[in-house]
Amino acid sequence: MSATPADIDQDVEDRGAPRAVTGYVADTISFSNVDGPGNRFVVFMQGCNFDCVACHNPQTIPGHEPLEGYHPQHLLVDQLLDDIRRAAPFIRGVTASGGEATQQSEFLRALFTAIKNDPDLARLTCFVDSNGATARSVWDRLAPVTDGAMIDLKCFDGDIHREMTGQPNDLVLASIEHLAGLGLLHETRLLLLAGVNDDDELLLRTAEWLAAVDPEMRIKLIRFRSHGARPQTPPLVEPTHEALVHAADVLRSVAPFEICTV
Amino acid sequence: MDIEELTERATELVRSGTLSYDQKLRRLATLATEVLAYPDISDACAAALDKRVVCDMFEGHAPFTPRYVLPDYELAVRQGLEHLEMPAPTTLDDALAFLQVMYTHVPSVTTYPVYLGDLDKVLAPFVDDDLSDDELDVKLRRFWVGIDRMLPDAFVHVDLGPHDSRITRSILRVERSLRQAVPNITLKVDPDVTPDDLIEDAVRTVFETGKPHFVNHPMMVGDHGERYAAVSCYNSLKIGGGAHTLVRLNLKEVALLHAGTADEFLADVLPHYVELTAELAEARVRSLVEQQRFFETHWLAAEGLIDLDRFSAMFGIFGLAECTNLLMAYDELDRDGEARYGHDADANALAVRIVERVAELVADRPMPYCEGGGGRSYLHSQSGIDLDAAVTAGTRIPVGDEPPLLDHIAACAPHHHLFASGVSDIFHVDETATRNPEALVDIVRGAFASGMRDFTFNLDDNEFVRITGYLVRKSDLEAIAADGAVRHASDHLAAGSENAFHLTQRAVKRVGCHERDPR
Repeated sequence: MSATPADIDQDVEDRGAPRAVTGYVADTISFSNVDGPGNRFVVFMQGCNFDCVACHNPQTIPGHEPLEGYHPQHLLVDQLLDDIRRAAPFIRGVTASGGEATQQSEFLRALFTAIKNDPDLARLTCFVDSNGATARSVWDRLAPVTDGAMIDLKCFDGDIHREMTGQPNDLVLASIEHLAGLGLLHETRLLLLAGVNDDDELLLRTAEWLAAVDPEMRIKLIRFRSHGARPQTPPLVEPTHEALVHAADVLRSVAPFEICTV
Repeated sequence: MDIEELTERATELVRSGTLSYDQKLRRLATLATEVLAYPDISDACAAALDKRVVCDMFEGHAPFTPRYVLPDYELAVRQGLEHLEMPAPTTLDDALAFLQVMYTHVPSVTTYPVYLGDLDKVLAPFVDDDLSDDELDVKLRRFWVGIDRMLPDAFVHVDLGPHDSRITRSILRVERSLRQAVPNITLKVDPDVTPDDLIEDAVRTVFETGKPHFVNHPMMVGDHGERYAAVSCYNSLKIGGGAHTLVRLNLKEVALLHAGTADEFLADVLPHYVELTAELAEARVRSLVEQQRFFETHWLAAEGLIDLDRFSAMFGIFGLAECTNLLMAYDELDRDGEARYGHDADANALAVRIVERVAELVADRPMPYCEGGGGRSYLHSQSGIDLDAAVTAGTRIPVGDEPPLLDHIAACAPHHHLFASGVSDIFHVDETATRNPEALVDIVRGAFASGMRDFTFNLDDNEFVRITGYLVRKSDLEAIAADGAVRHASDHLAAGSENAFHLTQRAVKRVGCHERDPR
């Protein structure tokens, strides 16, 4: 992490005007209290490399876009900066989410660099909300302009992960380790699906692996909600509140994680 | 009122199955003043009052107390109370007992005091390092229970801040543990002085009890000096002073009486009704000061705890949303209702012009006995009473029609600086905020950086509902619906608003506040 934002900007300048990079953006919201620390401006990028059965934004997955009334936009960094500037007095930072934000990492890098280099916006933190299925080199390029990442670990078991997302989890696990090493892992998120990835033995294995990465890791345990997700056969089941509390206890029995449940 | 009506209304009161003994007593007193002649006003003013284009808040015919009295409690605990034969307290226990006694003797139109002091400062001389936080909590907890039980009215108000203190933190802890409707609380926020973690502690208290209200301390100091407080349902006034009266102008009704352009409205119609409102205020102020001679006869004035020179009248407006939208339609700019207040830049700009015009007219209208406001009334965005139907409180965006929060603030913030005696917009937040209180800290800071004067958060799914601006518990509302008696005087007002607006059914709960209904 030797490069400063200015170096990066220069680097990107050298490769062509960074602000000319366009992002394919599903939507933005000015205020969010569920996408990282404090109140945040969130950019939802269109497109994803996973096809999760439990996805709450399936319209961001290629091939699942609604035919009518859905209009992701190609936006320049400057166009987003105008909206961010308006929200700036009220927010602690900006979060790139999705879809899968790192699929458009050059746009993220340009956006975050522009924020860091703008005197009015430089105090804002830049976070990435990601499924983690991204090469180490992508994180290294984002690192100098990124303040934190929130990584979803859909399942520690590779086979179940593949069933849930259509993809293996090796890149996800590698991203968690690598980001923790860079000091950029803000939070790991575990989505619990009743009867799919919530049994005690699997949770214990997950906890042991996470504890080896960082025993005080911040973990957000998310209870699956069917609202917004696509219907599946057989239907996905929402865990009970009690099951969520139990899962937190199981994780805590392994290491002193900072756990919050949603 | 003839004797027949008086008899009928008094009978109704004494036989009510839902009013407590105290509540009956207080309402009977108001009823009695309605037998007296109304202060001298012109026929035009009387007609406007009769149609409720201008409104006297049903304070009665012969005001014998100022509406809002803010005794200087810091001075009181230093010098003691001669009238009540209470020497200056020397210990915390003595100070709390002293205040409890004094509160019951502070007049107001509800009979309950609307201001209990900036308690972090009033109690500071009595709290030292020998007293542990646990001991402090125990004492304040007992005091807090006493306030709620002895002064059961949600307009009873405590101020805190902008500096952090052990007392402030203890009060917030006690608040969260007791979850009472009374007292209401305001936290003064100075961006340079108030630490984030105090604002966050206050936000966590909002999640439990819907309190405190947040005010922009530097803006308030600019209007009133350091010695000010937010009292009752968010009226900011001078400590050691207050407001003689509150009259209010229904901008929607004024717009309905107009048939021309927005420019003509601002040039001719609005000034006429602003003058009628001011006339009403002046008549009531003179009645209080000259006829009933309150300041010559009350011991608070005699002992220097209030001073006529720190009083003014409050000039309230409401129905700005409807007024703006009607004028947009008169000018054929409303795009079939799409270009409306809160949702359209032109409509928002017109709303600001209307408020600026009222502010200009009020600033040009001298008022007697209003030295607190430099000889003028304080402008106030008046947040409604339970009779208001089909008109939006103050300068708010109509319930349920609020745009996203950022747009909401952008629409309302430009006129906040004009309302020296308070605005009280309400921001609705959902329960996800409870897991991220820092997000609301960010919004508090942003709102004040954007020029907001004061606001409250209302949390969805909270036991406490901000029916009009003051708080009630849902369980108490349900008790009234079941025709039972309740403990808090203000709950009955809330039940009226709830019936009129179905507020608790709405996505967003906001309307206003008031201290008295006409019956």
